[in-house]
Amino acid sequence: MSDTITLWIDKQPITAIKGETILEAALRNGIEIPNLCYNKKVSHTASCRLCIVNIAGRPGAIPACTTPAEEGMTITCFSPALEKVRRTTLDLALSNHNDDCISCVKDASCQLQDLAFRYNLGFKDRQFPPIWEELNKTSDFSSQVLNYDASKCIQCKRCIKACSELQGKGVLTFVNRGIRTTVGTGYAEWKDSKCDGCGECAQICPVGAITVKQFYGPRTRIRQKDIERVVRTTCPYCGVGCQLDVATRRCFSEGVGSKDLMIQVTGADVVPNYGRTCVKGRFGLDFVTRPDRLKRPMIRKEGKLVEVEWPEAISYTAHRLSEIRAKHGPAAIAGLSSARCTNEENYLFQKFIRSSIGSPHIDHCARLCHASTVAGLAITLGSGAMTNSIAELEHASVILVTGSNTTETHPVIATYIKRAVLHHKAKLIVVDPREIDLCRFATLWLRQRNGTDIAWINGMVQAIIENGWENKAFIASHTENFDATREVMKKYDAKTVEHLTGIPAAQLVKAAKLFAQAKTASIVYSMGITQHAHGTDNVKAISNLALVAGQIGRESTGVNPLRGQNNVQGACDMGALPNVFPGYQKVDDATAHDKFATAWHNKHLPEKVGMTVTEIMGAAHDGTVKALYIMGENPMISDPDITHVKASLAHLECLIVQDIFLTETAELADVVLPASSFAEKTGTYTNTERRILPLARIVDPPGDARADWEIVQSLAQALGHAWNYDDTNDILREINALVPQYAGITPERLAAGERLQWPCPSVTHPGTRFLHKDGAFSRGKGLFSAVDHIAAKEQPCAEYPFVLNTGRMLYHYHTCSMTRRTEALPRYVKDAYMEMCKADCDALGVAHGEIVRVSSRRGAINIPVKLTEIVAVGSVFIPFHFAEAAANVLTNTAIDPTAKIPELKVCAVKIEKL
Amino acid sequence: MACSGCGCKERVNLLEVYPEKRRALDEYIDQLPLCEDMERQKGFLIGCLHKAQEIFGYLPLEVQECVGKRLRLQQSDIYGVISFYSFFTDQPVGKYKINVCTGTACFVRGADKILDGFKSALGLEDGQSSADLKFTLSTIRCVGACSLAPVVMVNDRVYGNVTPKMVSAIIKDCE
Repeated sequence: MSDTITLWIDKQPITAIKGETILEAALRNGIEIPNLCYNKKVSHTASCRLCIVNIAGRPGAIPACTTPAEEGMTITCFSPALEKVRRTTLDLALSNHNDDCISCVKDASCQLQDLAFRYNLGFKDRQFPPIWEELNKTSDFSSQVLNYDASKCIQCKRCIKACSELQGKGVLTFVNRGIRTTVGTGYAEWKDSKCDGCGECAQICPVGAITVKQFYGPRTRIRQKDIERVVRTTCPYCGVGCQLDVATRRCFSEGVGSKDLMIQVTGADVVPNYGRTCVKGRFGLDFVTRPDRLKRPMIRKEGKLVEVEWPEAISYTAHRLSEIRAKHGPAAIAGLSSARCTNEENYLFQKFIRSSIGSPHIDHCARLCHASTVAGLAITLGSGAMTNSIAELEHASVILVTGSNTTETHPVIATYIKRAVLHHKAKLIVVDPREIDLCRFATLWLRQRNGTDIAWINGMVQAIIENGWENKAFIASHTENFDATREVMKKYDAKTVEHLTGIPAAQLVKAAKLFAQAKTASIVYSMGITQHAHGTDNVKAISNLALVAGQIGRESTGVNPLRGQNNVQGACDMGALPNVFPGYQKVDDATAHDKFATAWHNKHLPEKVGMTVTEIMGAAHDGTVKALYIMGENPMISDPDITHVKASLAHLECLIVQDIFLTETAELADVVLPASSFAEKTGTYTNTERRILPLARIVDPPGDARADWEIVQSLAQALGHAWNYDDTNDILREINALVPQYAGITPERLAAGERLQWPCPSVTHPGTRFLHKDGAFSRGKGLFSAVDHIAAKEQPCAEYPFVLNTGRMLYHYHTCSMTRRTEALPRYVKDAYMEMCKADCDALGVAHGEIVRVSSRRGAINIPVKLTEIVAVGSVFIPFHFAEAAANVLTNTAIDPTAKIPELKVCAVKIEKL
Repeated sequence: MACSGCGCKERVNLLEVYPEKRRALDEYIDQLPLCEDMERQKGFLIGCLHKAQEIFGYLPLEVQECVGKRLRLQQSDIYGVISFYSFFTDQPVGKYKINVCTGTACFVRGADKILDGFKSALGLEDGQSSADLKFTLSTIRCVGACSLAPVVMVNDRVYGNVTPKMVSAIIKDCE
C-alpha cells in the first residue's frame, strides 16, 4: 500500500503523505498558503482563518490546516475571492495589532509583517482603523526572562499550546473574552505564576508579543537581523544534552576590544530536544563572559595566589608533581577528573594520571551521583547506562519515576514524560517522598519513607510474583538466579512493606499490576535511588523489578538512570574511574592492561584499582595522598561533610585546580590553571542516553585561558611525555581505536551530522537506540539479586528528630559556580532555603523566611525556612547548591560498600529556632 | 485578597478564616467521580467553581488554587474559565447581588430605566459594590423569564414586571 496520495491544488497535481493536512502538503510542495496560527509542532487551532481554501464538492471556505489531505481532492487556494477574504482578515488582524515595527525586536522575523507586506497592507492601504490603541489591553513585563506585549498579540494560541503541549506545563491561557482576550497566567502578574521561564512561548510566537529579555552581549535589544553567525552546540548544563543554536555578533567591549560575543540562544530542532530547552539552557549561558572568569594561571607565593605566565605555571606544576612522585611514589598523587569536561579531556586526564604520573587514583564526581548505577547495573545487566533513548519515553505505556525530580533536574526529559501522559495516555507512577511536580500527572503517587526503597521495590516484585503477573517466558530464557531471589522476596508482602515504607498495600499492588501488565514500561530513576549507603542494592532491586516483569530490552521499555551532568556518562565511559580504563576495561585485567600499555607506550601503568573520591579525601587527610590535581570540580561544596574536605585539602602538599572560575576549591589551591568553557572549545559530550554530541567553538576564551585538553597535554609534555595532539579530533581517533563502544563514532561521522548512541562498534554501525535487545543482555543473562532492605545509616532520634533530604533545583546547577554568575537565574532563586511543611513550622514556631539553625552530628548551618506542601511531616529538604548554607556540611559520609557512594539523601538533623 | 469584613486593606485568606466553608467545598469535591484522566478532570471545573462561588461569594486566588489543586489543574485553566464567564468574579461582592437583566426583552420593556433607578438609589455604577459590601449592582443578559420583563434578580430571588417605582421597595426588601 502506497503511503502517498495525489491531490490537485490550483490545477497542479501535488503529492501528499498520508495523514498530512492540506496545508502541510501544500507548504512542503512550495505552495505558500498564508498562515499565522499554524505551527507544525502543536495541534492546529484554525483561528487565523488565513489558510482557507475551497474544496470541490464541499461548501464554503475551509481551513487547510485542519483538513486532512485526501486522494483526488481538487482544491482552490488562490482565487481572487479567497485572496480578497484573506486580505480583509489580515486587515482586521492588523487593526488589532500594534505594528510599531520600527522598534520591535521581531522586525524582519515577524510572520504578520511578512503577510502585511505580501498583501500590500501598508497604513494607507487598510480599511480598518487601529483599534488596539483604544482597547488598552494589559501587557505583562514582570516575568524574569520574558516580555508580553498585549498590543502585539494576535491571539493565535501558539504560545499557550507550546506551553501545554510541548512543555507539558500549561502555565499560559487566554484570559478575558472577545476582543479583549489576552494571554495570561491566571495570576495578577506573570512573575507570580508557575512559569519557570523556559521560553518555549517566545520561541513559537509568530509576532513580537512574547519576546525574551536580553541577557547576552552588550546591547539591550537584538533583532534577528543583528545576528551575524549561528553556531550549533551542546548545552553545558544537565545530562539531556540539548542542542542549542547560539547566535553571535562582533561587539566591542572595554578592555577586550572587538570580539565575537554570544547574543541569543534558541533550542535547535534536532535530537534530543527538538527545539525545547529549559531556563538554564536558554537564559543561563552568560557566565561565559563574566569578568571574573579566570584569565591567567596563578601560583601561590607567600600565601597568596599570584598571576604568572603559562610557561612558569606549567613548569612549576610539573616540577612539584615530579618532586612529590620522586619522594613519595606515584600513588601519592591523585586526580579528580570532571563530568563537566569533554570526552576527549576526560580521556587525556585519566591517561595523564595513569600513564604520565603512574598513579591509579583517578575518579570524578560520578562517585557522588551514579557510581551505584554503574556498579549495580554492570552486575545485573552488563551495562550501567540508560537502556533507552530519551524520546522513547514519550511512547511508553507505563512510566515509573522514582528518586528523580525530573522537572527540575532534567527539565526537557520531563517534557517527554508529561507528553506521554497528556498525548499518549501513558500511566505515570511516581514513587518519591516529596510531592514533586510530576505527581500532578501521576496515576499513582506512592510516598515512601526516605531510604526505604529496597522494601517497596521488593514489595512490587513480590506482588508481581504472588499474583502471577511475572513474565515467565522472559525469566526462563533470559535471566538467572530467579529462584534464590524469589525466596528472599517472600518476606516482602504488601502489608509488611506498608509497615516499612508507609506506602498503602493496595496502592503498591496496583502499581505492581500496572507496571507488570504494561505493553511497554520504563523505569526512570536518579539520585533518590543511588545516593544511599545501600545505593548499589537499590539499583539491583530496580533491575529485579524490570527483569521479573520482562520490561526491558524493547523500545520504550527498560531501566533508565538519568545522568546528572552534561558529560557524566562520557567521563565514566572515558575511564575517569579508579577501576576501569576507557570503555569499562578493568585495570586489573591483564588483557586490558596490556592493550593500554601498548597503546600508550608505557609498560608501567598501575595494575591495581585506585581510590575513589571519598577515599582520596580520607587519604589526603591522613597524608598518604600528597598532591591532588582537580580538573573542573568543586568538592568544597559537592562532597559530603565539607568540614572534613577542607581539612583534607589543607593537608595536601600541592593542590592543583583547573577551572573557569575561582571556585571555593580553587581558593585553597597552590596552582590555579584557567580553563575554557564549553563555548570556547571543541570536543564531544555523551548525554544520558549514550549519544555523542559535539561542541563547537563559538567565542574565544578570555585572556590566556586554554582548553582543558591543551593544559593537560602541556603538563604531560613538561613531564617528558611525547604527546602530540593537534586537536580534539586527534584524541577522538585514539578513543575510537581503544574504546570498543566508541569505535564507530569518528570525527568524520560527527562532522557529517550523525549523532550516534554507543555501543557503535564500527564505522558502518548505526548506533544503538536501546540496549539488551530481545533479552540479549550485555552480560549474557539478566541477573536477579536477592537484595534485602537495610535501613538508612542514620535514623531520626530524640536529639536529631528530622530526616534531611538533599537535591537539586531547576534554577541552579551543582555548586552554582556557573548559575550564580548569570544574570537571569538568581532572579528566580538567589539564596539557599530549607523546605519544611506547615505542621513542622507551627510546631517549631517558625515562619516562612525565618532563619533557623540546622545541625547534624557533623556540622551546622543557618538557613531560611521555605514553607511548602511538598515535603512530608518530619522531613526537610535543602538544595545542595549554595556555599553559604551548604547542605553537605550536614550530610553523612557513610558509604556504599560496593560503589563507595555517600549517603547524601538521608541524614538526621535537628532544627532550632534562633 | 483584601479583607471582606471590615473593609481594611489587610490580606486575609478566606480558606483559613472560614474553615467550615472550606470543608463544605471539600465535601462537594469529595463526592465528585474524579478520575485519573487529566483531560476529563477539566469537565468538573465549572461545577466546582459554581459551588465555590456559592459558598464564598466570590473566587479569590486562594479558592481558585484550592480548586485547582483538588482537580490537578493549573491556575491558568481556572482563571481562563473565570475571566471568560461573566457569572464568575474574583472580586468581593456585596451580600445582595442586584442583577438587572438587560437582555433584549427586558431592554425593550425599559430595563435601562430600572438600572438608572438602582444606580441613583445605591450610588453605584454597573459592576460596583458598596463600601460596606452590602450591595453589588450589575447587569446580566437574560435569565430566561422574558414573559416577566423587565426582570431584576437579587441573589436567587426574581422580581418580575419591575417598574422604576419598585426600586426602593426591592432595596428595602433586602434589609
